[in-house]
Amino acid sequence: MTKPLVAEFSDADSLIKAAVHLKREGHQLLDTFTPFRLPELDGILVVKPSRIRLAMLVGGLAMAAFAYFLQWYSSVINYPLNVGGRPLNSWPVFLLVPFEVGMLAAALSGLAAFLWACRLPRLYHPIFDTTDFARASQDRFFLLAAQTGEQEHSASLREVLKHSGALAVREQGL
Amino acid sequence: MSVIAPTRANPAHPWIAAKHASYGEVTALIADPVLLRPAGWRWWVALGVSGLFVLATVVAIYVLFTEGIGVWGVNSTVVWGYAIASYVWWIAIGSGGTLISAMLLITRQRWRASVNRFAETMTVFAVSISGLFPILHLGRPQYFYWLAPYPNTMLLWPQWRSALVWDFWAIISYLLFSILFLYIGLLPDLATMRDRATSLSGQIIYGALALGWRGSAHHWRCYETFQITLAALAVPLVVSVHSIVGLDFAASLMPGWQETIFPPYFVVGALFSGFASVAILTALVRWGLRLEAIITIHHFNAMAKILLLASIVMTSSYATEWFMAWYAGAPADRSLLVFLFTGSYAPLYWMQLLFNCLVPQALWFPSVRQNVLCVVLIAIGINIGMWLERILIIWNTLSHGYAVSLWRLFYPTLWDWILLFGPLGLFVFFFLCFVRLVPAVPMNELRKLCREEHVA
Repeated sequence: MTKPLVAEFSDADSLIKAAVHLKREGHQLLDTFTPFRLPELDGILVVKPSRIRLAMLVGGLAMAAFAYFLQWYSSVINYPLNVGGRPLNSWPVFLLVPFEVGMLAAALSGLAAFLWACRLPRLYHPIFDTTDFARASQDRFFLLAAQTGEQEHSASLREVLKHSGALAVREQGL
Repeated sequence: MSVIAPTRANPAHPWIAAKHASYGEVTALIADPVLLRPAGWRWWVALGVSGLFVLATVVAIYVLFTEGIGVWGVNSTVVWGYAIASYVWWIAIGSGGTLISAMLLITRQRWRASVNRFAETMTVFAVSISGLFPILHLGRPQYFYWLAPYPNTMLLWPQWRSALVWDFWAIISYLLFSILFLYIGLLPDLATMRDRATSLSGQIIYGALALGWRGSAHHWRCYETFQITLAALAVPLVVSVHSIVGLDFAASLMPGWQETIFPPYFVVGALFSGFASVAILTALVRWGLRLEAIITIHHFNAMAKILLLASIVMTSSYATEWFMAWYAGAPADRSLLVFLFTGSYAPLYWMQLLFNCLVPQALWFPSVRQNVLCVVLIAIGINIGMWLERILIIWNTLSHGYAVSLWRLFYPTLWDWILLFGPLGLFVFFFLCFVRLVPAVPMNELRKLCREEHVA
């Protein structure tokens, strides 16, 4: 297998067309780098759905349960205080703090899960060395693909990318 | 440096007022003012003036901390004053910023792209400022951390049934949540700034904050999932935070406060004044950063419609209050209602109704909604009206409680006024710094909008 190739496109539609085309030709579509979200790519690239929301649910509920426990423990066990005959476990008002901190904990667990799923922070990545790659966050659309299969059976990857309207095709990191 | 030529709003793509706007052009439109364009004398003058307000605030806080809350107009009957009204007013503005951003994201309103960033920023600054007021009002502010449960030598716990403790957790959770929501929205834009920065310090700072964002398909998918889920959490969070603010009053036993309508009524008030503030900021950012091409008259039209709706809900909330006071038949409540309309503070109450209920009805007319100046003036009126609402909730009830012998009025002092207007300068100061440091409009969402509107 040769080094993966990076193709640069000027618009989103050409990138999507090229991605579909090269998969049909039997090549391996590794990743795309775009300046904004393109939901069409999920189906083509087969991006795994992430578990971010599950982490948020678990983190939020765990923190809420802990906050309730803390209130219950402090006002029933550790420091019972009779205020006007109100029940020690005043559950209706004890729901307020768990709700607030549970939401915050859900957001923070989501952040951790998001960073884990994206493998960030990672300030350097080999793809950054590719010529013109700084424009992937601005106005250009990049595609990373690897050649598979025998050359004589399928058109070479470079040809496929060139024909799909790529502005330039380079090896990764060059 | 390319600037998109703004044209008249086009019905085919209402949210972009330009014939053509490429991805590169919209990126430059937002990023260049931060990275390349010098600040200009107007910015420096504004920063200097707001800096004076900040200085006045610091002095007022110093005087307050050294002399005690006796420097304010609060007395043994009207124990709450400007600080609590400002607290509610500021946190309401913050809540409005989150609601506009999160609700428009969940309901997939595309025009959100141009306004959500500074709405979220407004939230962070407004909530930070609002969090100051309860601490200033504590009397012994140096002990504010007693609100948190921590192992201490006094073997004491916070009183979980106290509204002050609820406020503490609500503000802390909400502030941190808003900062996270703002930062996640910023992440792809920080990568753009990293890639466009020409100075080494810019590359290092934006690069570190961007965490190595590459914009890969997987990144974008995780990003979208996380952002939408955060937005879905933000709406109930804001509603709960502002309900807790309403409970500060409703959980008491005072006439005019002990009402079940208070939590939702406060949430609507937050939406109302928050949207009004966003409308004012939108006009200022549009003018200051020359963003006529991406913030169109249709944006003001859409915001004005929301303001109109909120005004109607607000009016019906007031009417419900009046009706319930009469219908419930409690003498103290009925007496308070008469005091609202005819008592010592009545001119202010009429002014509140004028600004919150009557004037916004002008927004029924499309010509008013599509006039930026009219929308901004009405929005300023709403913010004044909403501040009056908050101070009057406090003044009327406390000045006219159950015990007639305790009836007293509130007379503000110089320090009350300084702590009312000073934080406005603090907000402006923060906001001026913000527009010079980060892109005021989410560039990635704007590029997406350009594709969807077929102008790219």
